[in-house]
Amino acid sequence: MSITTPLFQHHKHCDEVFARAEDACANADWVEGEQAFALLCDQLETHFSSEEELLFPAFETATGMTSGPTEVMRGEHRQMRDLLAQMRGALAARDSDAFGGAAETLLILMQQHNMKEENILYPMCDNALGASDVGASLAARLKAS
Amino acid sequence: MHASLSFDQAPPISVPYRFFLVAPWFGATAGILLVWAGADALGSRWTPEALALTHLIALGFMLQAMCGALFQFIPVAVGGNVWRPRLVANTVQPLLLLATLLLVAGLLFGRPVLLSAAVPLFLLAIGGFVTVVALALWQTPATGMTLWAMRMAIAGLAITVLLGSLLAEALAHGFAVPIVDLTNVHLGWGLGGWALMLLAGVSYHVVPMFQLTRPYPSWFTRSFGLLLLGFLLAWSSRLLLDDALWSPLIAYPLLLILSAYAGTTLWLQYTRRRKIHDATSLYFRVAMLSMLAFAVSGTVYFLRPELGADPRFVVWLGVLALVGVFVSAITGMMYKIVPFLNWLHLQRLGAPISAVPNMKKMIPADAMTGQLRLHVLAVLMLLTAVWQPGLIRPAGLALAASFVWLGCNLAGAVRRYQGFRDQIRAAA
Repeated sequence: MSITTPLFQHHKHCDEVFARAEDACANADWVEGEQAFALLCDQLETHFSSEEELLFPAFETATGMTSGPTEVMRGEHRQMRDLLAQMRGALAARDSDAFGGAAETLLILMQQHNMKEENILYPMCDNALGASDVGASLAARLKAS
Repeated sequence: MHASLSFDQAPPISVPYRFFLVAPWFGATAGILLVWAGADALGSRWTPEALALTHLIALGFMLQAMCGALFQFIPVAVGGNVWRPRLVANTVQPLLLLATLLLVAGLLFGRPVLLSAAVPLFLLAIGGFVTVVALALWQTPATGMTLWAMRMAIAGLAITVLLGSLLAEALAHGFAVPIVDLTNVHLGWGLGGWALMLLAGVSYHVVPMFQLTRPYPSWFTRSFGLLLLGFLLAWSSRLLLDDALWSPLIAYPLLLILSAYAGTTLWLQYTRRRKIHDATSLYFRVAMLSMLAFAVSGTVYFLRPELGADPRFVVWLGVLALVGVFVSAITGMMYKIVPFLNWLHLQRLGAPISAVPNMKKMIPADAMTGQLRLHVLAVLMLLTAVWQPGLIRPAGLALAASFVWLGCNLAGAVRRYQGFRDQIRAAA
């Protein structure tokens, strides 16, 4: 198992939770929607912070690349947090259309973000950090969530 | 090694849009051509109208849209750096547009001078495009089957254009070449080696991404492209090997792998995590069902030679492949890419994300599903018109109308982008 395998698997978990939240809110099932959305926010925040506080600094130290891929990824995390805030507002207002529009945007942003991480950044991290203990820390943090 | 990585979602928005905005109008022209030509247009694949129609769809719609999408897809999906995308797009797109118009007019009116004029333009446009894209695809440090499929597809495009140029020159100057075999090899590489290879490679990413399906099985992605390439090489050997048994021997397994791709995609969609349907997922479904219909029809063509002897049978196959499979899949993709690019480029203007309208504000959902219904109607009418020539004019009208609607939906998205952009700048 590579050091980024837990992050890769966690992407799939977040996809599952996203689909639950989107489906519930589209059908105006607000109780289920609230629960699934809260879980989605929690899981995504854990994922982002694991990368920003553990993986990216280790990668930047190992490679000396501080303004490259990790900077772009941090910027996309910010965008996703903003979209989650929009979804939270729509959910509070019980506005299915607004929630669906923000959710659709988050989904595509999240998926193309994951694609770049899984195809390019994670393999680079695995190469640069293969011998470090970052993998164990990542796995423990994601498991605790 | 890392310096060649493109992590930005380059290129400028004008690069893909330049291609996307033009493409539907070639499709609309194809529909109008059918209305103008009437009952004789689809009597065989060799009528001037059928040849012109094929290239209006294949070059005017498909190639334009696929080139535009590749500029966008390469940096995001495989981290490739396309050299000076704006300059390349501004050069390739008008050249391709002009070359397509010349070729179509040359085929339609039987004017050798127009065919000859189109050839150097195609070689220049596609030669430049293939070179720039191939450099990006071979220099990226990324790995994976999508990358390999894209590499094979770009080689398939080069082969298609070289064979097409040879055919156009042969028609223009009366060179003694085996026109029928060469045409079959040309269309094999165009539809299989380029269009299907690219569609499959892109599907490995976008089907799981847009609909939250499971990934394609790795045994499938590892073998599909290589098998397709192998069978296309074997298919090309018909130029050297004149044996009536050879074609079906290659065609059956080729049709089988098409069915495997379509069947796998439909199964993944059926078992997807995301429950919501949208125009993109429905369009993909139409494309895959058309591909299955193509595979079944292709099998009948070889199994029942008496049916295959009717020249209209190949036209039926052509309608399924071009309009049923590729126009559907490409339109579905554009309906997802364009709203996202609008959003992406608007939020880059520096406004808070709450001030940027979300993707669903870019093209009304009803306009997309309405256009989808009209497109499906046009496909069904065209398929019927192959056997009932009296229906060709109404079918052409439906085709033209569906492409005009698509053109208006895309143009409307660009207008909304400009409107929102001006609002954000004014607020800043």
